[in-house]
Amino acid sequence: MTEFLQQLLNALSLGAIYALIALGYTMVYGVLRFINFAHSDVFMVGAVAGCLIGKHLPTGTWWGGLTCLLAAMIVCSALGMFIERFAYRPLRSSPRLNVLITAIGVSLLLEYTFQNEHVFGAAPRSFPQVFPQVVWQLRGLTLSSNQLLVIGVALVLMVALQFIVFRTKIGTAMRAVALNPRAAQLVGINPDVVVSFTFALGSALAGAGGILYALNYQSVEPLMGVMPGLKAFVAAVIGGIGNIPGAALGGLLIGTIETFVGGSQLSTYKDAIAFALLILILLFRPAGLLGRSHVEKV
Amino acid sequence: MTPSRRIFSSPHLALLGALIASVTLTRFVADPYANDIFTTLGINIILAVSLNLVNGHTGQFSLGHAGFMSVGAYLSAAVTMFIGPRLLGEDGGALWAQNAVFFGALLAGGLCAAFVGLLVGVPSLRLRGDYLAIVTLGFGEIIRVIFQNIEPLGGALGLNGIPNYTTVAWTLSVAAITVFVVGCLVNSTYGRGFLATHDDEIAAEAMGLNTTRYKIVAFGIGAFFAGIAGGLYGHFKMSITASGFDFTRSIEIVVMVILGGMGNTLGVILAAVLLTLLPEVLRPIAEYRMILYSFLLIVLMLVRPQGLFNFHFPKLRR
Repeated sequence: MTEFLQQLLNALSLGAIYALIALGYTMVYGVLRFINFAHSDVFMVGAVAGCLIGKHLPTGTWWGGLTCLLAAMIVCSALGMFIERFAYRPLRSSPRLNVLITAIGVSLLLEYTFQNEHVFGAAPRSFPQVFPQVVWQLRGLTLSSNQLLVIGVALVLMVALQFIVFRTKIGTAMRAVALNPRAAQLVGINPDVVVSFTFALGSALAGAGGILYALNYQSVEPLMGVMPGLKAFVAAVIGGIGNIPGAALGGLLIGTIETFVGGSQLSTYKDAIAFALLILILLFRPAGLLGRSHVEKV
Repeated sequence: MTPSRRIFSSPHLALLGALIASVTLTRFVADPYANDIFTTLGINIILAVSLNLVNGHTGQFSLGHAGFMSVGAYLSAAVTMFIGPRLLGEDGGALWAQNAVFFGALLAGGLCAAFVGLLVGVPSLRLRGDYLAIVTLGFGEIIRVIFQNIEPLGGALGLNGIPNYTTVAWTLSVAAITVFVVGCLVNSTYGRGFLATHDDEIAAEAMGLNTTRYKIVAFGIGAFFAGIAGGLYGHFKMSITASGFDFTRSIEIVVMVILGGMGNTLGVILAAVLLTLLPEVLRPIAEYRMILYSFLLIVLMLVRPQGLFNFHFPKLRR
């Protein structure tokens, strides 16, 4: 029972990170209908930025940690907006395949640029301990402050996102563009601003996810985003792509299943589980758990 | 998009010429460096042209080509390593016997990859665009993880000590056959179905074409040649690991197809040649090579989405 609770806690913290990344995929898909392949590398840039900034901050303080988190989120928002402006916006009216290829190009560009010795280097670096580290023992259960922090920060960010999307003007505009871009334009919404904002928001969440992931796993390297990014995408699809609560649900689901498989006999198949789940979902419920299916019209 | 042109007016003659040329070329390639380059070139052409059938002509976006390559590589290596010695005997057998075993191994690898391709294709090709890209990527990863867990095939360490059967003649001949088969298929009456699926899926379905079946056929044939390329690769490098066939390898093949212009066989061959030779030329700045590639990909999509080598020749008269 203790082991089960311990695993559940690990699952929750991993799932929370996947959920944060998945939200970015889902929001961009909602407004632009394409998969932002570079999202997983924005996540990596968040961790790298945190690693570089964290070195100059005192270790083990709450304000230091939060500054690091905030700085990484700002860096990632700026990066997300930059990518959208220069790589995706010129292709707004071209076939979706071209945008997809560009996104793959941006993803590779970020990965290889950071692998360069003069930028960051391919070798993993340890992430500085910017947050205070406490470990509690509770009836055989090991609770680390990092894990609670991951769950807490993710929860706060998701509530904040929910507030922005459903209670503010720009959030309403985002939903309008997602529903029908042309009609949104007719009622005076500037789609460029909305898309830019969506990228900033999604990338900030990815940046926060990067910091939390690095805190949990203690290492940062340029290819660290690939696997979590793919799994978070799977999470977004499982929840129903374009659906914000669905992304959070999918993230938790993937995190849970992966943690429990990782703790079982089949641990070497851990990386394949998410994809197997994706294929099952797409076969039996292509719109995802919480999504609604659309009929393609000519 | 215009249907792919015939490269030469008589494809059979061109195939014969290419086969003779590749066998004669072997006689002149003595230096190991040139041997390496020509072999890699041949393998890249097979991979790029076969992926072009799926991504270019049929307009689907597969990101799992390296997965099929690994199936072919492992299976054909298993045939030559575990079954080969029994057929050839203690002394390794005559050259023709070795080549016969190698041929069988390649065919087995290709057929097995095609089978896996169908297995993957049947469920996933009902999806479109982005979803398909992700599912094929996912399948590629699953195939990799499975191979890493099969202990008789070396597990995570991979297979070592594969006999070195691959020669320039083998790879270039197979490359010529691949170009021939894909070219003839696309230009046949049946092949119009691939192009129709690419051009407008809904319209093609309205005309009564079973687009899913066309996609699956393209996928299976693409996987078959990818498997053969994997077999050639394994018997060229003499050792294979599952992690050598990961996402990055798939991307490399996709870049060749995009650079050459999707659905343009000649362009894709030129792109495969370019991307094989470029790393050699760029060796002094090797650390910037991949940065350059990815940048090229973005710029290409922004400026010239039809591909680098998509020229519009006047149609050849026959």
